[in-house]
Amino acid sequence: METTPTTASAPPAAAEPTPVIVPVPLSPVPAPTPASAPTPAVAARRWRPAVEAVALPAGAVLAALVLLGVFCATQGANPLGVFKAINRASFGSWYSFQNTLLRAAPLILTALCTALPARLGLMVIGNEGALVAGGLAATITGLACAAFSPWVSLTAMVLAGMVGGGLWVGVVGALHYYRGVNETISGLLMNYVAIALLNHLVNGPMRDPSSLNKPSTHPLVESHLLGSIGDSNVHYGLIFGIVFCLVAWVLMEHTTFGFKVRMIGGNIRAARMAGLSVARLGLITCFLGGAAAGLAGMVEVAAVHGRANDSLAAGYGYAGILVAFVARFRGLPIILVAVLLGGILASGGILQRQFKLPDATILVFQGIVFLCILFSDSLYGRFNCFKEKAA
Amino acid sequence: MNAAESIGWWGVALGIFAGALRGGTPFLLVSLGECLTEKSGKINLGLEGTLLMGAMAAYAVSLNTGNPWMGVAAAFGTGAAMGAIHAFLVSRPKVNDIAAGIAMLIFGSGLAFYLGKPLIRPSAPQLPALALGGWSNLPQLQAALKLSPLFVIGVVLAFFLSWVFRATRWGVRIRAVGDAPAAALAMGVSVTRTRVTAIILGSGIAGLGGAHLSLFYPGAWTEAISSGQGLMAVALVIFARWQPVQCLYASLIFGGTQAIAPALQAIGISQGYYLWNASPYVLTLIVMVITCSTKRTLAGAPGALGTPS
Repeated sequence: METTPTTASAPPAAAEPTPVIVPVPLSPVPAPTPASAPTPAVAARRWRPAVEAVALPAGAVLAALVLLGVFCATQGANPLGVFKAINRASFGSWYSFQNTLLRAAPLILTALCTALPARLGLMVIGNEGALVAGGLAATITGLACAAFSPWVSLTAMVLAGMVGGGLWVGVVGALHYYRGVNETISGLLMNYVAIALLNHLVNGPMRDPSSLNKPSTHPLVESHLLGSIGDSNVHYGLIFGIVFCLVAWVLMEHTTFGFKVRMIGGNIRAARMAGLSVARLGLITCFLGGAAAGLAGMVEVAAVHGRANDSLAAGYGYAGILVAFVARFRGLPIILVAVLLGGILASGGILQRQFKLPDATILVFQGIVFLCILFSDSLYGRFNCFKEKAA
Repeated sequence: MNAAESIGWWGVALGIFAGALRGGTPFLLVSLGECLTEKSGKINLGLEGTLLMGAMAAYAVSLNTGNPWMGVAAAFGTGAAMGAIHAFLVSRPKVNDIAAGIAMLIFGSGLAFYLGKPLIRPSAPQLPALALGGWSNLPQLQAALKLSPLFVIGVVLAFFLSWVFRATRWGVRIRAVGDAPAAALAMGVSVTRTRVTAIILGSGIAGLGGAHLSLFYPGAWTEAISSGQGLMAVALVIFARWQPVQCLYASLIFGGTQAIAPALQAIGISQGYYLWNASPYVLTLIVMVITCSTKRTLAGAPGALGTPS
């Protein structure tokens, strides 16, 4: 609403199709306690909204599972069998759980790209573009650092990936703050620009002539690749994701920076009145979000593909948006939700082999989960059991 | 290719012109659908899913009935059904339009890919072309002027919608609901019902764009059939300043921009082919950077656009 220099009573005119988007969970929700209530009682009564905030998304995911079951049944697959197969392929054994974690790593990072700017009221969905930009920057750096030691090369790649992705989303933020361009749409457009840039580079200037069927860049030096944790198959990208997520969580919930960001998300006019420099904080947050997605691109390049090609744009960016929404943009739930979704992605293969369900089943399921989660948003405050009793 | 080379750079211009007419049609239909939706104050970011569902349904029905026009009707119906889901969600309290749009985008494309799996091989009856190029003996010009019937429908629809918004009771209601829902409510207009109708009809129109993709050009069902035309709808409507007739011009420009790379390739210039593919998106970004401002609202934007209902 920062674009309306009118009085507060005026209808919220938009400088863009979406004025500040404030999904409900953005603002910290204090329990509606009367001012006269003594402080300990307030603390004691806070649990009901907290339970609501867990119960509604959990209920939505359950409802989505039921809908998926119905969908499978109409397609001639036994729903219970499908659920069992998903469970076995994602969480059933240590081997399959490693598969799940491999997919969760980029999801954690791309989810942050939506979740961090969402805290200050920006709906950034340029995750895929930031991932590709970060992956490209990391590849270019990695190829340039081939002569150095693995540590130097990997550190440079991490930095390049983060800066690449960060600048990519930073542009989206800058366009929003300095030109009033809607950040959702510019983010979407930037996704396509990034993918076109990737295609241009791997088909032209950076193409390895020996990559015939799948145009790719030259491969990175084998010893410079990101290894696995211990004797597992899980690469260090998972650690990157968890650390980034924890840092972001501390930053958002326990620092003055995070408090300022949440204040902007809660009420941008009040934040301006309080003298916060909204644009600067917004740009930093956008950069951090983009850096997370860019790091995901670096991890995909350095741990999975070993080179850049169009496999980079595999949809982790779009799935990350879903993770961010289901986790209600909070740091710690993102890890949990990313592991859950990683499990679902990991089970795509078995659904195809065992039940002859096309790979798009997973996409349908993601859509159903997302729709159910949004529907559950409208149920907040509808259940009396979650309401505080009036003192 | 030889024929294209023989007329040299004119071939590029003709290719872009043909691309504007052929490739602009899905842009036109989705942007008209989005325009109708946004005039009522709601945003539908999920038209990419609607477009894919429309393309899939049109192809499937055309294949099974042998009548492409049944396919067009199916595309409209499927689009409208997708719109009904979106309308149901966004008319609930506290549901964000943009988020619902992203969800519908994922759901719609997933469902279209799922249901469209068996359709990738067979070839369905296509829509007949309106050949307007008979007066010319240049084969390229004749090919360029083979119009899609859906393009004609889109052009008529653009002027029709413009008239509806300007001169009919229903159009004024939609605009009132989009500009000042409280005032419209006070006048006895049902905000929810008007918006739901606008979203459903808008999605149906966007579904027609899908029918053009699968039944005319490129004229087959593949998972890569849409290159983001549905996503561009929102940007196109901003570009067109929420005017249906300007949606037509904007769509032609975008269709033409999209055709630059193939047209250059046809005369042997293939440097930067992939970069040229990004040109519609870069063009949109540039236009938005130039026209948007942090100081004022965009002229023509519905007053209550994107606010929770």
